[in-house]
Order: sequence, then structure tokens, then C-alpha cells
Amino acid sequence: MLALHTLWFVVIVFFWTGFFVLEGFDFGVGVLHVVVGRNSEERAEALESIGPFWDGNEVWLIVAGAATFAAFPGWYATMFSSLYLALLLVLAALMARGVALEFRSKLDDPRWRRAWTWATVGGSALVPLLVGVGLGDLLAGLPVNQSHNFTGNFFDLLTPYGLWTGLTLLMLSLLHGATFLLLKTTGELRERSATAARRLVWPAAIAMLAFVIWTRAIAGPHFPSPLIALAAIAVLAAPYLISTQQAGWAFATSAAGMATAVVSIFVALYPNVLVSSTNAAYNLTVSNSSSAKYALTVMTVVAVLFLPLVLLYQGWSYHVFRARIGHGKTPADPTPPAAAATTEPTG
Amino acid sequence: MTDLARWQFATTSIYHFLFVPVTIGLSFLTALLQTSWHRSGNPELRRLTRFFGVLLVINVAVGVVTGLVQEFEFGMNWSAYSRFVGDVFGAPLAMEGLAAFFLESTFLGLWIFGWDRLPKRTHLACIWLVAAGSMLSAAFILAANSWMQHPVGYAINPTTHQPELNNVLALFTNPTFLWGYVHVLLASLVTGCAVMLAVSAWYLRRKVEVEAFKRAAHLALIVLIPSLGLALFVGSELGVVEDKYQPIKIAAAEAQWNTCQPCSFSAFQIGGGKHDMTPTKVIAIPDLLSFLATNSFKGKVVGLTPLQQQYTKQYGPGDYIPNVFIQYWSMRIMAYLAAALFAFALWGAWLMRRGKLALSRWFLVLAGWAVVVPFLMNTAGWMLTENGRQPWIVQGLMKTTEGVSSSVSTTEIWISLITFVLIYIVLGVADLVLMMRYARRGLPDEQAVSAPGEGELPGGALPEMAY
Repeated sequence: MLALHTLWFVVIVFFWTGFFVLEGFDFGVGVLHVVVGRNSEERAEALESIGPFWDGNEVWLIVAGAATFAAFPGWYATMFSSLYLALLLVLAALMARGVALEFRSKLDDPRWRRAWTWATVGGSALVPLLVGVGLGDLLAGLPVNQSHNFTGNFFDLLTPYGLWTGLTLLMLSLLHGATFLLLKTTGELRERSATAARRLVWPAAIAMLAFVIWTRAIAGPHFPSPLIALAAIAVLAAPYLISTQQAGWAFATSAAGMATAVVSIFVALYPNVLVSSTNAAYNLTVSNSSSAKYALTVMTVVAVLFLPLVLLYQGWSYHVFRARIGHGKTPADPTPPAAAATTEPTG
Repeated sequence: MTDLARWQFATTSIYHFLFVPVTIGLSFLTALLQTSWHRSGNPELRRLTRFFGVLLVINVAVGVVTGLVQEFEFGMNWSAYSRFVGDVFGAPLAMEGLAAFFLESTFLGLWIFGWDRLPKRTHLACIWLVAAGSMLSAAFILAANSWMQHPVGYAINPTTHQPELNNVLALFTNPTFLWGYVHVLLASLVTGCAVMLAVSAWYLRRKVEVEAFKRAAHLALIVLIPSLGLALFVGSELGVVEDKYQPIKIAAAEAQWNTCQPCSFSAFQIGGGKHDMTPTKVIAIPDLLSFLATNSFKGKVVGLTPLQQQYTKQYGPGDYIPNVFIQYWSMRIMAYLAAALFAFALWGAWLMRRGKLALSRWFLVLAGWAVVVPFLMNTAGWMLTENGRQPWIVQGLMKTTEGVSSSVSTTEIWISLITFVLIYIVLGVADLVLMMRYARRGLPDEQAVSAPGEGELPGGALPEMAY
């Protein structure tokens, strides 16, 4: 029977994957909106594509953290205190972009706009990069002693594998954002999104391939070959789908590539949850850092009750806002973008 | 080191809690407005809904991002604490994410962008779900906090010596939680009402959109009075609960050094504090403290000195008395401001009944200032609760000094503290600028409501999003 702590490891991997697959594209859009949008309205349109979603996407990060706290307090404690300065930057970046997305458009002042635009771009790029470094470090190993306390400094966080993981997740987020824009925009915006996707797909594919090979090298032979196959398929299919502008499939492929990358880290990690570079005996594992059976059982019941519900209503919200943004609106769908009057009354 | 980490937690959580009650209160009031629009079809109510909806959204943005900080901070600064209590304390936090945050954020997105895309009834349901999500989130976090005040539903594992959850229901039937949660909800409603009242008063004073804002002011007062009245009652009951489980918290709040029976309530004192056991009590009301702490005018309140002796015997040598000065004054600031606000609200109700609310210049001017009061009350309330638990991080189980991350250096905490303070100043200023601008911009035009952006920007691009 599947042990409860293994189940919770899987649940946490699911949360991290959900976070990168969903928020990944809104990070990408956050960076690319200044590339595909040449003027104010175009940039606004690009950002509108993620308007209803990004906040809900971010909750995946919160639950990944909170579920780790509940199911693996030891892991949560060591991971968050080790990655201290990196997480501080993540928080600063998340705050900057979160507020920027809500505030930017609400005043007409050009300086106000410019400041928040760059907060959006910077924040959106930094988060996947830094969180990627952090997740990569779990596998690459951090100096952790017998009592599971971090003994290193900031520079110990910059492991080569961690950095490459961060770079890969950043590239994949950018690509994912481009395919999302391809799916959601029209006209010139869509043209430029296609160009951006074409330019991004090869660097992202190469980063991804190298990342998977590197991960396989660390994990050794028990790394499942289907993951490698999946990565290879995504890497091969993406350029074709993008060049033929099959937006839906291109987006599905970038999502699959992202999911493969995130899952790879954790598959290679298991049954460890944080590797100690000091001594393998000090590794944090699913069993030595987990909560006791009762707490895990309670959490399992809660997850079984709520997770399907969450997937259902988040899925529904994507369904409600499935229409493309902007000029290409058909006369049959004259839906005026809603927040307009809410947020900028002309009175 | 511990002090620095405490300063950081205090700063970030107090700041966070400036926004949380506004979110809870204003989402509920906005939902009420939208419901009455839905029922009556009066377009004025729709405009009010949208108007206060914007204020809500601006406020939520800061509330959400500052909440992220709190979520990470446990692991970053308080990793020894997190490792020790995660088995119990982590569960409500994870439940909060799964049950409340997803709900709140997803349906807020649907509500903001769904005005013309969703059926009216569904759209109305969205704002109610946002309100429910925000209230639910407070429930989980209060359950977690109450466990730190009065740990229940756990057993100490004999090998690891750590608390392990063994009864999850106990977390949610913890008397500290039940009374504390209701108290926080009511305080949040009070905060939301004060914001709505202040904004409405601003317009009424200038005689702009008088009919609409009279409605809003009336709604705010109608919700404010019972909420505040109940908050006073529930808060006082919470005091009784705390006197039972954390007697030293209450003794400190009353600067009561010796056991007394019956006990007089000190309304005001000069001096006092941890090293001044004989302050000059200016006004002492006989028997009142007994009643407040025990619900009986003849009740006994154990003093700080005997409690200190008892705890030393129970937990070993140490200083178990929280900062008496903070306790004494945070309790009084909270209670006195609440009483003043209550009187002010009753005045408003009297004016309202006589149909003179929009005409009383004094009331309208004061309403603009009164908005500050609930924020002071909320902050004082949390200081009373959290400071009163010291030196414990979990009452009786772990001391605050034992909870900090041993691997994190003082420099790192300084860096993060300064970073947060700087970011929070920028956020606070930006938030205030936006709130003020929008609050003063007036109600959306009916035309703009029905066809946003039409004729303003080519292609129906969002005016909201435009540069």
C-alpha cells in the first residue's frame, strides 16, 4: 500500500507542477507583454489575457508551501530557512508583480505606469528563475548538518544544477507565455506572439533537454525513461506546432514540457526531499521529515474533499474567459471587457 | 536575534492585518449592495457596487501579497518553531490554502472580469463566494493562532517530544478559537463599515451623488452598530476565556500584581509597567474587573506575582510575565476606542432616523476621521493577544526564543526586515494614493457601466488597462 507520506510527496509535486504549468504562462506573459505589445493598448491587451487568472494561479504556490508545512514540517523548516535570501527575493518579486498587475492600469500618470510595467516584467522573470534555483538545490544538495540545519551561506545556494534548473524554468515560462498569447490574442499581437514563440522555442528546448539529461545523470538508472521520452517528444513537437501556429497544441506542448521538467526534479529526488551535500546520512527524506499518521490522514481527507472542487471551479473560470482578447472580437460576441467600468469610471 | 525576528513578524503581520479586515468587511458589504441591486434593479445600487468593488480590489491586491510573506516567514525565520509544531499547526494553514484562498482568488477574478460575461445571478454568487472565502481564510488562520494561545487536540510524542495532532475537531472547537474568530469577523465588519461610511460622508459633505451615498452611509451604519455592539460583548467574553487559559495575559492587561477578590477595574493609571508594581490608579471602578474576567462581580483574579511563582514551579526558572505596559494600554486603547466609535455610530443612527444624516456637517467631518479608529483597535487587539502570550510562542509548550531559525544570521534578518519595511512603505503609499483617487473619482456613469470603453478607445480596448 502506498504510504501516506509518499502520497503527500505526490500531492506536493502536483501542487508545484500545477503552479508552474499555470502561473508559468502568466509569468511569461508578464515578461513578454512589453515585447509583443508596442503601445499602451497592445500591452494592456496582452496583460488582459491573464487578468482573471493570475491570482488564482499563484495560490498553487501558497498551497505547495502550506502543504509542505503540514505534511513535512522538517522539510518546510529546512528548505525555507536554507533558501532564506533567495526566498526573500522571491517574495519581493511576487509582491512587486502582484501589486503591479492590479495597480498599473489604474492611474493615467506615465511615470506610475512605467514603474509598475517594469515591476511586472522584473517580478515575472525573477520568480520562476529563483524558485527554479531553489527546487534544483533540493536535488543538487545543500550543506545541511545532522540536526537538519543549514550551515552554508547565500553562495552555497548557487549550485550549477540549481542555476540550470532556474534558467530552464524561466525559459519554459517564457515559451509557455508565448504559446498562451498565441492562443488568446488576435491580429498583430498574435503575429508578434508567434514570432516570440518561434525565437524562444529552440533555446527553451535545448535548455530543457540539457536539464533532463543532467537530472538523469544525478538520479542514476532509476530515473524513469518515459519522462525522458516525454521531454524528447515535447522538444521535438513544439517547434513544429509553433511554426504551423497550431496554438492549442503548442500551448499543450509547452505545458507538458513544463510539467515534465518539474516532475523530473522530484522523481529524481524521491525518497529524499532535500539532499545534504555535507553527508548523505543527513538527507531529509519523506519518512524522516513527515508529520505523523493522524495529521496526514486528516490532510488527505481535506485534499480529497477540496482538490476536485478547486480543479472544477478553476477549470470553469478558464472556460468562462476562453475567448480571445481584443480586436478580433466577432460582432456576435460584443462582450465589453468587464473590469473597465469597474476600475475606470469616466464620471 | 529573537527580538529582531519578533519585530519582523510583528511589523509584517500588523501591516498585513491592516488590509485583511477591509477585505473581509468590504467584500461582505459589496455583496450586500449587489444583492440589493439584484433584488430592486435600481441602477444606483449597481453603480455603488462597482464603486466599492474597485476599492475592494485595490485593497485585496496588497492583502494578498503581504499574506504571502506571512506564509513564508514561518519557515524562514521560525524554522525551529515550524519543525516543532508543523504536525498540528501546518494542517489549518494547508486547509486555508485549499479551502479558502483558491475560492477567494478564483471567484474574485470571475467577479471583476465577469460583469457582462456571466449571468446576473451567477455573478452575484461570485461576490458572495469571495466574501465567504475571505471569512473562511480567517477561520483557519485563527484556529492556528488559537492553538498557540491554548494548545488542544494534540499529544506529545514520547520519542520526538513534539506535539502531534490527535483530534482535529478540537482545533475548531477550541474556546479561544470560537470567541476569537467571531471577534475578528465582527471587527472586520466594523472596519469595512467605517471605510464605507467615511467615503460616503466625503461625498455627502460635498453634496455629490447625495441619494446614492446616503444609501451607502445608511447601510454602513446599519451593519456597523450591531457588529460593534456584538464585538464588544464577544471581546469581553474572550477575555473571560483567556483568563481561564492564559490568566497571566489578563493579569498583565490589568497590571494586577496581587490576587484580588473582588477586583476593581483601573480605568487609567500613571506609571506602571513591568518594573513598577505600584502605579497611580487614577480611576478605579469597584468590582468591574472581576466581572470582565470571570463574568461574576465577586470573581477572583490571580495576580502576576503568584502566577510567576506558579509558572516557575511548573516550567522552571524564568520570567513568565509579558510586557505589562503594552498589555495594559493595548487593552484600553482597544476598548475605549470601541466605546467612542459606538457612541459615534449611535449618533449617526439618530441622525439617520431623523433624516438629517446628510445635513450634519459635524458628523460627516468626524466620519472621515473615524475611519482610522478600527485600524487602531485591530492593531491594539493583536498586540494584546500576541504580546500577552510571551514569553511563549506556544503557550506552555515552546518559548519564543526557542522558535527562531538557528541557521539564519542576524544580518539576514536585518536585510529582510529592511527590505520588507521599504517595500511596505511603497505599497502603502501606492495603495493610499489609489484608494484616495478612486474614492474621490465618484460613481461610474451609468453609460460607462453599460458599455465600458465604448467610444473612448478604438477597438474596445480596456480603458482600465490602457496606458
